[in-house]
Amino acid sequence: MTETHYQGKLHHLQKELMSEYYAALTASANGSGVPAAYLLIGGNPVELLRAFDILPVFPEVNALQLAVRKQSLPFIQSAEFMGYSSDNCAYVKADIGMYFGGRQTPFATIPEPSLLLCNYVGCNVYLDWFGHLAEFTGQSAFQLDIPFIRTASGKPSKEDIAYVLRQLHHLIGRCEEITGRKLDEEKLREAVRLSSLTGDLWAKIKHLTKRTPAPYDAYFDSVTMMAPLYCLRGTPQGLEFFETAYAELLAKAEAGVGPLEKERFRYVIEGPPPWPHLRAFRDMFSRWDAVAVASTYSTVGGLWEFGFTHDPDHPLESIARHLLEWNLTNRNFLQRYEQIERYLEEWNANALIIHSVKSCRLFSAGQGDMREYFTKRGVPTLLVESDLEDPRYFSEAQMRNRIDAFFESIAHRPTREGVTA
Amino acid sequence: MSTQTLSPTIESLVERCDRFIEEPGFAPAVAWKNAAPNRAAIGCFPVYTPAEVFYASGVLPVGLAGGGNRMEIAHADSRFQSFICSIIKSTLEQGMTGLLDDLDGVVFHSICDPARNLASVYSRNFPNTPVEYIHFPQNFEAEEAPRYLRDEYERVALFAAELSGRSMTTEDLRAAIRIYNRVRDTIRRLYALRRDSPHLLRTRELYPLVRVGHLLPPEEHAELLADALHAAATREGRERDRIRVVLTGSFCEQPPLDLIAAIEDAGCYLVDDDFLIGRRWFTGDVPENTGDPLLALAEAYLDASLPSPVKHDMRVSPARLLVERARSHRADAVIVLCAKFCEPSLFAYPTYRKTLQEAGIPHLFLEFEEKMWMFDRIKGEIETFVESLLFD
Ligand code: SF4
Ligand code: SF4
Repeated sequence: MTETHYQGKLHHLQKELMSEYYAALTASANGSGVPAAYLLIGGNPVELLRAFDILPVFPEVNALQLAVRKQSLPFIQSAEFMGYSSDNCAYVKADIGMYFGGRQTPFATIPEPSLLLCNYVGCNVYLDWFGHLAEFTGQSAFQLDIPFIRTASGKPSKEDIAYVLRQLHHLIGRCEEITGRKLDEEKLREAVRLSSLTGDLWAKIKHLTKRTPAPYDAYFDSVTMMAPLYCLRGTPQGLEFFETAYAELLAKAEAGVGPLEKERFRYVIEGPPPWPHLRAFRDMFSRWDAVAVASTYSTVGGLWEFGFTHDPDHPLESIARHLLEWNLTNRNFLQRYEQIERYLEEWNANALIIHSVKSCRLFSAGQGDMREYFTKRGVPTLLVESDLEDPRYFSEAQMRNRIDAFFESIAHRPTREGVTA
Repeated sequence: MSTQTLSPTIESLVERCDRFIEEPGFAPAVAWKNAAPNRAAIGCFPVYTPAEVFYASGVLPVGLAGGGNRMEIAHADSRFQSFICSIIKSTLEQGMTGLLDDLDGVVFHSICDPARNLASVYSRNFPNTPVEYIHFPQNFEAEEAPRYLRDEYERVALFAAELSGRSMTTEDLRAAIRIYNRVRDTIRRLYALRRDSPHLLRTRELYPLVRVGHLLPPEEHAELLADALHAAATREGRERDRIRVVLTGSFCEQPPLDLIAAIEDAGCYLVDDDFLIGRRWFTGDVPENTGDPLLALAEAYLDASLPSPVKHDMRVSPARLLVERARSHRADAVIVLCAKFCEPSLFAYPTYRKTLQEAGIPHLFLEFEEKMWMFDRIKGEIETFVESLLFD
C-alpha cells in the first residue's frame, strides 16, 4: 500500500497566503475599513471587486474550511434548529449557523458584508442562500442573473452577453456607491491581466496530469490550489502562487515523479469531495495506487483548461464570458458528460468515479443517468454517495468496500485502449 | 329558474374533472391536435410556462403534474438518487413508459437544480423529443430584465413554430393572451369566492377545476370554469366551525387529491393555497393590446406575478408577503406543505417560520410525497393542530 506524503512548497505557500487572506478578513471584521463582499464560487467575477479594493468573501470556501476542520456539524445543527431541513444544502446551513454564531471560525472572524453579490451562476440554491443573508443582515443583495447555457450550440447567445454586460455596469455602480470611488479602469484591466496570467498557469497545471505518471492528484491536490484561485485571483500574490505551483509541478513531471510511489490506475472523478473525511477518502484510492488525472469539481469556479483566458483589453466582456460559459456550474448536465469524455480521452484515464453528494444537487441530480451513459460506453464507472459538508453522511467501511470491489474488478480487465491496468 | 336547473352543478363538474385527471395520457390534447393542421402539443414541467407563446404558435401547452400515487417508479430511480423529489423521477418514468408519447416536446424552466438537470437527462434519453429550457431572470431590479425575458420568449416562439410548422403573428399572440387572461381571471374569482365563502367551494373541488386546465384547450377550460363560478356562487351552504388556513409550499410537485381532502376533513378551510400556481401566476390581466405583447408578458412576469419560492424577487420579503397574505385572508393559521426533498420550498420554510412566529401566526410544517396513499398520520397531526387552535 502506498501512502500519500506529498507536501511541497506550494502547500506551504498556500497555507501562508491563505492565512494572510484570512487575517485580512478578520481585520475587516474588526474595523480595518476594507469593505467585504460575499459572493459565490460559480464563475466568480472577483476581478471587478479587486478594481475597487473590496475583499472577496466566499461563504462556500468558509463552509468547506469548517468541514475540513471538522467544525461544521454544530453550525449545521443550529441552522436545522432554525427550521432548515436535513435535506437542504449543508454549505448554506453551516454558513447560516456560523453567521448567527457571531461569525467566529477557527481560521478567521468573517466580516459583515458591505455587498451581497449573488452571482447566480447555475446553482439555484445560491438565490435562496443570499436571499436569506439579505433577510438576516438587512442588506439588499445584488442579483447578478446569469442565463444558463440552454441551447444546442452550448454557447451563450448575444442577447445573454448583452444582458450580463448591462448588469455588470449596474454592479460597478453599486461598488462605486459602497466605496465612494469611481471605477479605475486601469486597475480593472490590471486585475484582469493578473487573472489571465493566473488562469493560463492553472490551465498548464491541469494539462500536466496528461503525463504518466501524473505529477499530482487532480482531485486531492487540485483542491489545495482552488482556494487561492478564488480568494487571490487578480492579485500579484495569486499569480505568484500559481507560478510557484506550476514550476514545482512541472519539475515533478519532468522528473517522472507522481504523488504515489507507483501509478496503477488513472481515473476521472466527478463531484465535490467529502470535506469532513477528505483524508480517509483519499487513502481509499491511494491504497490502490489510483490517481485522479482530472476532476470536474476543480472547474466550478472556472474552466480554463479548454482554452478560456481573461482578456485585459476587453475586461468586462471577458468577465461576462467567464460567468456565462467558462465554468462548470453554468453549463448544462450533458456538457458535463462531454467534459468527462474529454478527460477520459485526452487525459488517458481508465475509470470514472462519481462522488454523489446529497447537499449539492447541481452536481448530483441525475448522476445515475451519467453512470448509465458511461457504463454503456464501456468506461468502468463507480458511483458512491456521501456529502460535502455534513459529516453524518459518510459511512467509511461501506465506502471502502465499494471502492475496493471496484478496483478489484477492473484490475485485470482490459481498458478501452485494450491495455490491462 | 329553468336555466339554473339545466346548468351543471359543482359536483358534476368536479366529477368530470376528476375523470380527466385520473385517466392516463392526453386524450383532449390529441383530439385538439387532430382537429386542424399545423398543431402540436408540448408537456410543460412546473411551475410557470408562458402558455401564450406556445398556444399562439399552434402548440397546446399541457401541464405535467407528476405520476400521482398510482404510478410505480421502476426505471427512473436508477437515474435520480433517493434524495431527489418524486416529480423528477415520475416525469422521467412517464417518458420511459411511453405515457408522454402523445406530446411533441417538453419544456423545463429554471426553477431548481434537479429540474434543470432533468431537462438534460430527458433530452439524452429521448433524442427524438425536442426539449426546451427557459431561463427566467432572477434580477428583478434590472431595467434590462424585461427585454432579456422578451428575447427569451421570442426564442421559445421559434422553437414552438418548429413543433407546429406555423409561426405566430402578433395578432395570434394577442388572442392567446386574451383567452388565458379569461382563464386566469375566472380562477382568481373562484379563489376569491373560496376566500370569502369557503363553505361554498371546497378546495378538493376547486383544485380539480384548476388542474383540468393542465389537459384541456384554454377555451374549453374557460367555459368549464365559468360554469363552476356560476354554480359555486349560487350554491347554498352553511359555514362550519373550522379554522381558516393559508396553505403554501405545494407549487410544483402536487399532493394526492386525497391528501387535500384529508386536510379539509381535519377541520380546515383552505382559504388560499399555491397549488398549480403557474395556472394563475399573475395578479391581474396581462395587457392584451400593447404594441409588443411579448414584452407585456415578460413585464407581467417580473412585476405583476404572485410570489413563489422559485422566483427570487429581492424587492420584497417572501416571508412578509406570506404574513400579509395570511392577514388579508383572515387566516387563523398557515400550513407549510412541502414536497419531500423539494429544495425551493424547504429553503423558504426557515424564513417563513421566523416571520410567522414574530407575527404571532400559528403554523404547521408538513411534508408529502406524490406517491403517498396513507393519510391517517398526517391527518392526525392536522387534527391535533386544529384542536389546539379551536380550544385554545
Ligand atoms: S447546491 Fe452545490 S453549488 Fe449550490 S450552494 Fe450548495 S454546494 Fe454550492
Ligand atoms: S418539487 Fe421542488 S425540487 Fe422537485 S422539481 Fe419541483 S421545485 Fe424542483
